[in-house]
Amino acid sequence: MNLIELTLGAIFVNNILLAQYLGNCPFCGVSKKLGTAAGMGAAVIFVATLSSVFTWLAYHYILVPQDLEFLKTLIFILIIAALVQFVEIFLKKQSRALYESLGIYLPLITTNCAVMGIALLNIKHGLGFWQTLVFSTSSATGFALAIILFAGIRERMFTSPVPQAMRGTAVALVTAGIMSLAFLGFAGMVE
Amino acid sequence: MTLLQTLTHGFWRDLPPFRLVLGLCPALAVTTAAENGMGMGLAVTFVLIFSNMFISILRRVIPGKVRIASYIVVIATLVVLVELFMKAFFFPLSQQLGIYIPLIVVNCIILGRAEAFASRNPVLPSMADGLSVGLGFTLSLTLVGSLREILGSGTWFGMPVFGAGYEPFAFMVKAPGAFLCLGLLLGLMNAWSRKRGEIFIQT
Repeated sequence: MNLIELTLGAIFVNNILLAQYLGNCPFCGVSKKLGTAAGMGAAVIFVATLSSVFTWLAYHYILVPQDLEFLKTLIFILIIAALVQFVEIFLKKQSRALYESLGIYLPLITTNCAVMGIALLNIKHGLGFWQTLVFSTSSATGFALAIILFAGIRERMFTSPVPQAMRGTAVALVTAGIMSLAFLGFAGMVE
Repeated sequence: MTLLQTLTHGFWRDLPPFRLVLGLCPALAVTTAAENGMGMGLAVTFVLIFSNMFISILRRVIPGKVRIASYIVVIATLVVLVELFMKAFFFPLSQQLGIYIPLIVVNCIILGRAEAFASRNPVLPSMADGLSVGLGFTLSLTLVGSLREILGSGTWFGMPVFGAGYEPFAFMVKAPGAFLCLGLLLGLMNAWSRKRGEIFIQT
């Protein structure tokens, strides 16, 4: 599979949020304002790309030679947790501005299933190193795209007369369903 | 909370993923069939009971600063156990659930119960809490899975429900159907609890 197909496929056809259902907790939780959604999206792109590279290296150069593939769940989550912590400390020291815009989203990312999901999908699809880099960046971009679009819709929803019982998460899920229907239209764009 | 309350709160008051809006990803992803939903629910129940147990045992040993990391190690170990067990004894189901089994590690319900309950309660109530929330999750997932399977493929646990003339409503087993089904169910539950005059927790 060439890299352009991989990119388009990961952003539109197999959108990590709307087609693979990963990362729904932040999707419903932090999508009430456009600004916070964009911050979360950026933080996910950053962490998912870094952690995919590290988990890929750990899997292929440590776990596979030792026949320890079954430990990948344990190792991957540890790598992600350590990485998130490290990135947080590094940003705090080096780039105050970036830390202030991404900072509060970073701890949440450890338990964001999109990050772990992308790391596992790289292995499941048997991708090489460069493919992993491209696939994880574009999957995370797909997440950012979906959450930003969705936040735009939700900001509008604040002023619309939603029935009492459907307020909040319920109507958010239905809206996500309709968005996911729109993204189904991309199926067939790749292969 | 008394032990009985602990044992039953997961079935309505804190029913995941509807009342506790946590763990949405598996609830959407694996519920294309009732059997998958149930399998996923039971796997989560197992992890939840034992993670609550170990975390409750270790609650005085784990320092506050590194507690989340320690919880994740406990949970990840249990998930590896479940993964290997399902591969050995329920191979077709484990193929169906795919990457969503390792993803139990990042299921917020488990970390949420560890933080909210097991880290400050004795062992037995913690296990009861895990059992109750886990079974509540299993029930919800089986319900969503049944609805989607009956409408989307015309079967229930693999058995045909309607006659041969039924045209499956394939939309329901695809991604949009999952979101719609969960959203509408949540709306119904909210309407019901408003009618009963319970405190409205959804915002």
